[in-house]
Amino acid sequence: MSDINKEWPLWEVFVRSKAGLDHKHCGSLHAADAKMAIQMARDVYTRRQEGCSVWVVQSDQIVASDPGDKDMYFDPAEDKVYRHPTFYQLPKAVDHM
Amino acid sequence: MTAASIQLELTPATQYLLRIGDSCLILAQRISEWCGHAPVLEEDIAMSNIALDLIGQARAVLTRAGEVEGRSHDEDQLAFLRQERDYFNVTLAELPRGDFANAVLRNTMAATWLKLLWERLAMESKDEELRAIAAKAVKEARYHQQHSGDWVVRLGDGTDESRQRMEAALASLWRFAAELFDTDAADEAAADAGWGPRWSELKAPWQAEMQQILSEAGLTMPAESKFQSDGKRGRHSEHMGFILADMQYLQRAFPGGVW
Repeated sequence: MSDINKEWPLWEVFVRSKAGLDHKHCGSLHAADAKMAIQMARDVYTRRQEGCSVWVVQSDQIVASDPGDKDMYFDPAEDKVYRHPTFYQLPKAVDHM
Repeated sequence: MTAASIQLELTPATQYLLRIGDSCLILAQRISEWCGHAPVLEEDIAMSNIALDLIGQARAVLTRAGEVEGRSHDEDQLAFLRQERDYFNVTLAELPRGDFANAVLRNTMAATWLKLLWERLAMESKDEELRAIAAKAVKEARYHQQHSGDWVVRLGDGTDESRQRMEAALASLWRFAAELFDTDAADEAAADAGWGPRWSELKAPWQAEMQQILSEAGLTMPAESKFQSDGKRGRHSEHMGFILADMQYLQRAFPGGVW
């Protein structure tokens, strides 16, 4: 009986835990439209005080890198330690960078 | 050994508070019946959240009612150890779960009413404790109204079947609205003593807000019914005994049981 076309679309949910921090991806849910997705995100992902703001985006709007490109894209960074700023002496004042 | 019922010292103030607290308590119990049964997982969690908010409101108001009553009855004794006639929730809260259309319409009717009541209590109750409870509860009630009202619009303005189910829910629930706004000696005396508004004062804003939701849903607001339910005076529907049996069994069979 289940008709795949009648399934609600999937949405990705991003929650900001407190003012000043960034929105972090925390999961996904199904909802009929954007308004419902925001309400559902609030109910599903912030019920234990996890957040003060939510973003939702329809999952099919996210463009992702191809897993097949993983070697080509990401492995070359492995031996480029000089790209980490570990060769600099930081002043004490910025110790927590 | 089973737990005996407590005897209430009923004054207009305690009855005013119990009408609010019991309506939250019994409605929460009904909504919690959706846990594991809502149409989709996300809505299941949303309904459970609403039920838990209402339980929190009931706990706070019943605790205050016990203090005002002055016979050292705590929230648990008030919630679990009264006879049916000593519960003063509005009948709307105790009606059976029904289908999803019934649930979202009842939640919208109740949330709109409670929101208006909490707003007034937060501003004008002479009781500092009740003002504080109301100030917190009104935020929850606003969300309950928005979430449930959106469903009324979606279903009323949805498919043929969803509209028919919303119309059926309206036909069955609307007559229980009159009880939310009628007045009696207890209501008058509590209002005169500064506990909160006369419930009759909430009728016009309630009808205006419901009218707005129903119009958006493409549904016709039913005419006012002459039927008068009486739950808030302790005279309940035939469904009340069963819900109390569910709620009370554990505390009656194992007095003071905790986990």
